[in-house]
Amino acid sequence: MNDALRKIGVPIAAIVVFLILWELLVWANGWPNYKMASPSDLPPAFAKYWNLFLIMSWQTLWRTVAGLAIAVLVGTFLGMLMGFSRIMRAALYPLLVGFNAIPKATLVPVIALIFIGQHNFNTVLMAFMISFFPIAVSVGIGLSTLEPEYRDILRSLGASRYTIFTKIALPKTLPEFFGALKVAVTLAFIGTNLVEIVSPHGRGLGALFKSGETNGDYPLMFAVLIALAFLGIVLYYAVVFLERTFAGWAERAEH
Amino acid sequence: MANLIEIKGVTHAYRTPNGPLPVLENLNVAVPEGEFCAVVGPSGCGKSTLTRLIAGLMKPDEGEVWLHGELVKGPRKTVGMAFQNPVLLEWRTILQNVILPLEIVAPSMPKRDREARALELLSMVGLEGFETKRPSELSGGMRQRASLCRAIVHKPDVLIMDEPFGALDAFTREDLWQTMHDLRAKEPFTCVLITHDLRESVFLGDQVIVLSGRPATTQYVLDVTYPGPRVIDGLYTPECSDMLHTLRDQIRIAQGRSEEEAA
Repeated sequence: MNDALRKIGVPIAAIVVFLILWELLVWANGWPNYKMASPSDLPPAFAKYWNLFLIMSWQTLWRTVAGLAIAVLVGTFLGMLMGFSRIMRAALYPLLVGFNAIPKATLVPVIALIFIGQHNFNTVLMAFMISFFPIAVSVGIGLSTLEPEYRDILRSLGASRYTIFTKIALPKTLPEFFGALKVAVTLAFIGTNLVEIVSPHGRGLGALFKSGETNGDYPLMFAVLIALAFLGIVLYYAVVFLERTFAGWAERAEH
Repeated sequence: MANLIEIKGVTHAYRTPNGPLPVLENLNVAVPEGEFCAVVGPSGCGKSTLTRLIAGLMKPDEGEVWLHGELVKGPRKTVGMAFQNPVLLEWRTILQNVILPLEIVAPSMPKRDREARALELLSMVGLEGFETKRPSELSGGMRQRASLCRAIVHKPDVLIMDEPFGALDAFTREDLWQTMHDLRAKEPFTCVLITHDLRESVFLGDQVIVLSGRPATTQYVLDVTYPGPRVIDGLYTPECSDMLHTLRDQIRIAQGRSEEEAA
């Protein structure tokens, strides 16, 4: 099988098969669309609300990316602290694990009360809070497991800590970093939507979902889910593209 | 200045949760300029500590390390290091890996000169044609050759090697021994080699230092008089056999001492 067919054709075929099975499931059970919408209900829903979908998708996308960007900065910084200092590692690990264990849905009302009406800010904050943890942990582990010989090669030449970091520690950690970013990107979407759905008068795809629920427009709700899945896939593959560009060396040749 | 490396009365202990762990005790080593000094000793006797002291990566509790008539107080640019793990940077090509030390010690050197220097060394060790490959595309022996090139690309006074051939199969190892001799013929440097392989120490060394068990001190120094040119066949002569026997006996004594210490 040639490369292009395998990389593009197979995933598309899998999606088509999935939609057919879904359609069959709904048809075989004779479910009405308020119980479960079928794929054939979706194009009309998209056609009816296409401008809302564009606006809301953009809202969701930019807030997710903003939250993710902050998560990358803060996560990398925390990871560096934990990677270079044992004391910081001992201090931060329990705090981070504890924080990560808190279901983020419970934090929605908390931050909504702290920052009343700051919908954009709250959404970005939640996307950040839910997604920085894997980045911090993987950068921390990547840096702390750097073999001492790597450091010695440069240290014995009198290289500064900064030089050792930029020439060795940073590039060597990139594969772990991108691995974590792939997890973080999907988490950030969950964070964004959590706030969008729960907040009254919210915006974004989450709010569109909520309005579908309020109005009993079930095809709209399912259409939002599909739109979310689509955005998730787009963002995920954006990360894959960045990974290939900056850490492509870590990929083994295929056999 | 007769001795390039001089280690005088070095004593060192690591601080561990169970109290200090002495690794070196009144160690004295002298290596004249251009000489190849092989260091052997029982496992865990502090040989690697010795390399880190010479490289200026750590300071001894007591005693002094002199390089080129200067007291070693920290890392210096005139040292090259190679380890058992070749620690090549996977994201760089072989050529870029070899150039790495030049980026640090000679930042103003033109790129073309750096590359020319690296290519010269790569061809000496038989790696021409591989300069654009990634380390993962090379065999273990080839990676170690590249690691050697990187260790001497900046023309260090001292090459410090910590069991560089330890992870290689026997025949690849013998090839690399020969490569070491070829390199030294073209690029004179003083060398300290830590090894577990007595044949290696005799084949490569001008002197072989046997360290006692932990805490290590200089137990025995063998001046190698290699029969004829340094070729592998020489190892099978009676002269080499005698030297190897002597070293083996010394190792046995060293191990005995460390067992007494443990008991």
